[in-house]
Amino acid sequence: MIYKDVIIIGGGPAGLCAAKMLADQDVSVLLVDRDHHLGGQLVKQTHKFFGSEKQYAKNRGFEIANILINDIIDKPNIEIMLGAFVIGLYKDHVMSLVKDDEYYKFKAKAFIIATGASEKSLAFENNDLPGIYGAGAIQTLMNVYGIIPEDEVLMVGSGNIGLIVSYQLLQAGVKVKGIVEAASSIGGYKVHATKLKRLGVPFYMQHTIKRALGKDSLEAVEIVKLTDDFQEIENETKMIEVKALCVAVGLSPLSQLLGMMEVNMKYIKELGGLVPVLNHLNQTSNPNIFACGDVGGIEEASSAMMEGYIAGLGVLKHLECPHPCHDQLIEMYHRELELLRNSNYGEKTKAGLKKLGGPYVE
Amino acid sequence: MLNKTGVPDQNLVLSKFPSKETLLKPKAILECYEAIPCNPCATSCPFDAIVIEDGITGIPSLIADKCTGCGQCVIACPGLSITVAQLIDKKALFKIPYEFSPYPQKGEIWHGLNRHGDIICETQIKHVSFNKNSKTALVTVIIDQTHLYDFATIRPYERQK
Amino acid sequence: MRIKDHPILTFVDKKDITFFFQGQPIVGKEGDMIAFALHSHGIKTISYSQKLNRPRGFFCGIGNCGSCKMRVDGVDNVRTCITPIKENMRVEIQTDKGTIE
Repeated sequence: MIYKDVIIIGGGPAGLCAAKMLADQDVSVLLVDRDHHLGGQLVKQTHKFFGSEKQYAKNRGFEIANILINDIIDKPNIEIMLGAFVIGLYKDHVMSLVKDDEYYKFKAKAFIIATGASEKSLAFENNDLPGIYGAGAIQTLMNVYGIIPEDEVLMVGSGNIGLIVSYQLLQAGVKVKGIVEAASSIGGYKVHATKLKRLGVPFYMQHTIKRALGKDSLEAVEIVKLTDDFQEIENETKMIEVKALCVAVGLSPLSQLLGMMEVNMKYIKELGGLVPVLNHLNQTSNPNIFACGDVGGIEEASSAMMEGYIAGLGVLKHLECPHPCHDQLIEMYHRELELLRNSNYGEKTKAGLKKLGGPYVE
Repeated sequence: MLNKTGVPDQNLVLSKFPSKETLLKPKAILECYEAIPCNPCATSCPFDAIVIEDGITGIPSLIADKCTGCGQCVIACPGLSITVAQLIDKKALFKIPYEFSPYPQKGEIWHGLNRHGDIICETQIKHVSFNKNSKTALVTVIIDQTHLYDFATIRPYERQK
Repeated sequence: MRIKDHPILTFVDKKDITFFFQGQPIVGKEGDMIAFALHSHGIKTISYSQKLNRPRGFFCGIGNCGSCKMRVDGVDNVRTCITPIKENMRVEIQTDKGTIE
């Protein structure tokens, strides 16, 4: 058994910011990630981020990852394990993980769960054909490994991920044959859509995928028009020949470890699925377990960073070695979250947090 | 319209352009139509010519008298929604952000596209510059002044994807 | 289908690594994950569903969904989207649920 004061599970923006808050403090920290690199989904983001300077706005996602990583990589109190897959988190505060076929057991006084989220799928006939990818997979393939999926891709989903990945596909030299969106209005920031429209990408609004066709892999997609209440209009279909379909229909929190710890959780649609109830220090109903980032509700990396700082501060307070500027920093980061959520998009998050309860019910 | 198609209505576009007299000097055109939490345009302006009300979420507005058309905001905007425009004789000079390979070269002629992606004119590439550390190119192009309110971006001749 | 020219990213040319897929040599680049190295050669089908034998490729690309499981160097159910290629690695399409050994 290896003992640590704090274990952070997940090295994306939330986990990295939590680690940054714990750096140079009087606690021993282990940061683990199943990937062979830190940075989470930031490493694949080639677009410039929104938000304010505190979230490194106007820097590209992978640049922000580098900044956050450099802040913690040489800190003597932070040990990092990569390629480390956490397979269990138990009520006696034991965490087990597998790395390079070796099994490790750790025990910690506090855990910060920053495991992020996974892609949702879309139900349609033949949706399991090779050539149908989650948007994140396409981003990974293109932006991390420099491989394009095909010369042409059809995108389904006009939220920020669908719009951003479409733009990134164009930058990689791939033609985007269209963006298919079930709703009557574009889901993500309109400015992302504007960029795509002036580059000639068609939007198929109020359409969905009826079925995919292909023998060994995708060859064509049939889309169908929808009514205002999302019913398929028979015979209003269109066949699009394409060998790659990118599915960007939302994310779902990866909250399995929180489930193992049986913390108080609720299913909140606005937050993407099953999420933990948190207090203003991002502490769950188990006082030794904290959560931050998308695992607590799907938002943006900018919010994940602020929540990571808050969770780090919360853990220090819980371990009775609070950060010297605890009160000011907590207030500042909550104010930043308030600013980030102060838009039409933030309304959905705020509605979800209100339903969740915790400190957000006013 | 913007919500359904991604293209702003013409009157919305026109509302972002200062008067033609003002445009005799280069001015930033802030085509930011949606209130989202974002302020790099305001923080990158060396002349404090961009103002955002309401924290970081308000739609930015330009103080035209302070704007020199330097283009810092064009590079900084994460949404690539800012350009700089200037009227010179019967032409319009635009500085636009560009993030595709191959980058344009000075002296080339490229297609000019409107906000729908249609080719509406030809553009002459006057200048291409890169801000230190930014891969967003600031491309200066000359177009016919009749396309002042329609021009949005450029495309090379050989890209036929 | 490797990107040569990208406006934002720089892809350094990496060392070639030869591994084997269904007994045939495949050349990938150092640092590639198995599923992506195969994909760069147009090999998209890397598993089959158990009951209906439907072809499957990777979906999520980051180790969550399980669509990319293959037999690697004799070990079953390896998630090939998060496993790097190694010289002379043997990668095979698994036709059964595999064992835990």
